[in-house]
Amino acid sequence: MNRVVLTFFTCLLLLESPWAVSQKISKEQIKGLDEQVQDIKKDVLAISTELNLLEEKLLFPSNTQVSLFVSLSNGKKVDLDSIEVKIDDKSIAHHIYTYKELNALREGGVQRVYTGNLRTGKHSLKVGFKGKSSLGGDFTEVASHNFSKGVGPGMVEIKLVGSSSIEFFNR
Amino acid sequence: MRYLTLFILLPLTIPLSSANDGAENNLRDPFFGEALYYAKQGEFFNAIARLDTELRLYYGIDEPELDTLHFYVNEATFSVGDFELSYRMHRKAGRAIKAVIEGNVAPQVRNEAIYRLAKIYFQKEQNLNALHAIDRIEGRIPEAIADDITFLKGQIYMVNGRFQEAEDLFKSINGKIRQKGYAEYNLGLVRLAQGNLSGAISALEDAGTLRSDDRAVLAIKDKANLMLGSRLMDEGEYPTATKFFERVRIDGPFSNRALLGLGWASATSENYPNALVPWTLLSQRHVTDPSVQDAMLSVPYAYEKLGLYGKAALGYGHALSVMNKELDRLDASIKSIDEGTFLELLVREEFKQDRNWVVKLRELPQTPETYYLIDLMASHDFQSSLQNYFDLEQLRKNLEKWSDYYASYDEIIALRRRYYEPLLPGIDEQFRKLDSLINLRLEQRDRINNKLQSMLIAPQPELLATADERSALLAIQSFEDSPSNNSEQTQYRVDRLKGHITWNWTIQYNERLTKTFEHLAALDNDIARLKTIYESFVRTRQAATQSYQGYDKNINNLRIKTKRAIETVETLMLRQGRMLEVMAIGELRKRSQKLESSQVQARFAMAESYDRATMSKLEKVQEEKPIKETIDKQASAETEGQGEL
Repeated sequence: MNRVVLTFFTCLLLLESPWAVSQKISKEQIKGLDEQVQDIKKDVLAISTELNLLEEKLLFPSNTQVSLFVSLSNGKKVDLDSIEVKIDDKSIAHHIYTYKELNALREGGVQRVYTGNLRTGKHSLKVGFKGKSSLGGDFTEVASHNFSKGVGPGMVEIKLVGSSSIEFFNR
Repeated sequence: MRYLTLFILLPLTIPLSSANDGAENNLRDPFFGEALYYAKQGEFFNAIARLDTELRLYYGIDEPELDTLHFYVNEATFSVGDFELSYRMHRKAGRAIKAVIEGNVAPQVRNEAIYRLAKIYFQKEQNLNALHAIDRIEGRIPEAIADDITFLKGQIYMVNGRFQEAEDLFKSINGKIRQKGYAEYNLGLVRLAQGNLSGAISALEDAGTLRSDDRAVLAIKDKANLMLGSRLMDEGEYPTATKFFERVRIDGPFSNRALLGLGWASATSENYPNALVPWTLLSQRHVTDPSVQDAMLSVPYAYEKLGLYGKAALGYGHALSVMNKELDRLDASIKSIDEGTFLELLVREEFKQDRNWVVKLRELPQTPETYYLIDLMASHDFQSSLQNYFDLEQLRKNLEKWSDYYASYDEIIALRRRYYEPLLPGIDEQFRKLDSLINLRLEQRDRINNKLQSMLIAPQPELLATADERSALLAIQSFEDSPSNNSEQTQYRVDRLKGHITWNWTIQYNERLTKTFEHLAALDNDIARLKTIYESFVRTRQAATQSYQGYDKNINNLRIKTKRAIETVETLMLRQGRMLEVMAIGELRKRSQKLESSQVQARFAMAESYDRATMSKLEKVQEEKPIKETIDKQASAETEGQGEL
């Protein structure tokens, strides 16, 4: 009977194995290293922010910068496969969506599909989406939009509404 | 989910910028949306970096109220904290969220921030801080997280020993948390802590009988039943415990422990045939599981108790051979980890796609370090250390990529410098000439405008004379002053001519003044165009200089910072990796020791079973001996009788 109890308690102890695993390494050691990792994350994020600002200034100065954003509306049942974007009849972006990216769009995320440089003045934008509609059929939705690039950074949001229309918002 | 609540909050907390914006999307800041896009994919580094950049730009501009982020700035700051929390940067996230709490924000936003802060403290096991934080929640609570707040409050009260208050809170929870069984499970735990076994049983039974297809609910259901079964075993209520072990799903993550417990519940009631059913099933499962290894000894133990010593001895023999093999595998695992293959495996891309990938690998003989990973993966400390290792690897990759960028930036800047520097002096000289000319014209325009304005009050028709009129007048005056003007009649004719010109500009004055104003307006249009071109030139000129000047120091600083960060990351990776290896080896050694001790038990038990089997055989032989002798005697008697005949 003793053996029964002993074995059963062993079984219970194994339920707590996560605690047992870290026995060799103290909580303080784990915490200390974790804090150092947090510090380096903070430093690297600061570098990343500085680099983003530098890139924006160096590669995409505000007088020529143009960014295109993509969002979904009523996109819960739409399986978006890809997007192709042309500015002034020149293909500038093409993207094939992963499952994660599509979900992020469905949950309100906005994708920056392009950042580049354009001269001030009028430009034409052409967008094509491909995917599967809520009814299961393939769809291809294409739309055009004219926008004017001013002296400040230009932004256009391209919104796919369901699988039936595309809306554009100049920012 | 928590990001969703943020967007639900927005209409309540953000003033609408303008009526003509209409749709909610027109209000949204695309860069904030972009950060969300990364966060929703679990790419928190990119999400934080993106939002940090936008916040830096926002605070750096002259008129931030014109920026679309203006309406979201509190939420953006809050989200940075939230993302940092998800990126396991608890210390920085805590500071960001504290800033929101102390800022001028709506009560719902403030309460949500306090909730996040309390959650951080709770996760970091700073229970008293968590208690102080959660008690600061007051006023309107965001509806979407009301139950989450109550649940967290209950958990915090529980760890701080305020069991009765925790129990009341868990009882008050409705909605999803109750549907998912978390409230009932915790209610069971808090009642157990208070020594209220019957109450705990009732709560855990509720959690253990939930009906759902949701995997999370099924897991909590299994956990509740396993907990209840184990607790009843401790109380000596073996038959009752059986019912709860049986409720655990046969293919769930807790099934091995439940099968082992089920066997022991029967064995302690001395019902060994019943104990054999779950144990036999369990002993055929994956041998690396500790419950399976226990079952391999439990099965022959049950046979022994049933008096089947031979079968028991064979069972122990089989267990010994399996254990020997497993000990060899454990040694191979330890050796493989020592050689560094474990860490190499962890940072492979496949692991990011499927976290079970390493677990699946244990079937392959080429990857001995993965055999016993399941238990390691279950450890919180191991998990957090592993996550840190992944994060460090991601940082290392980013930093190395950026190091390459700097060389490209230097090249771009050098190219631009080579192109612009010879051109700019000539352009600047031309520009200076044009600039003085433009300024002169602008001054002229201003003078004309001033004169015209004064003429509105005091008419001066001669100022609106045409060129012909002016030259005619000059000719007349010249004639008038000449010796030819020597008679009264000539002077009369001169006066007539002068009168004719004066008459014309006097009667045409209003018409001429209107036309002049029209010309001035046309001039203003041209001047506006000139100003646009001028400003565009100035901007382009500035952009040309800015495209290659003023970067060197910045890039060099970044280069130095990146280099230092790479060194720190590599050092930390080594330390974090070693920590993981030590943890892994520690766990494997622990398993080795357990196996060795089981092996000793199995050897003794096997020897005992063989002895008993032999003794049993001898006893049987002895029992059979008198009968055999009688039979032999009878047979010899019969033989003798036949001989006599």
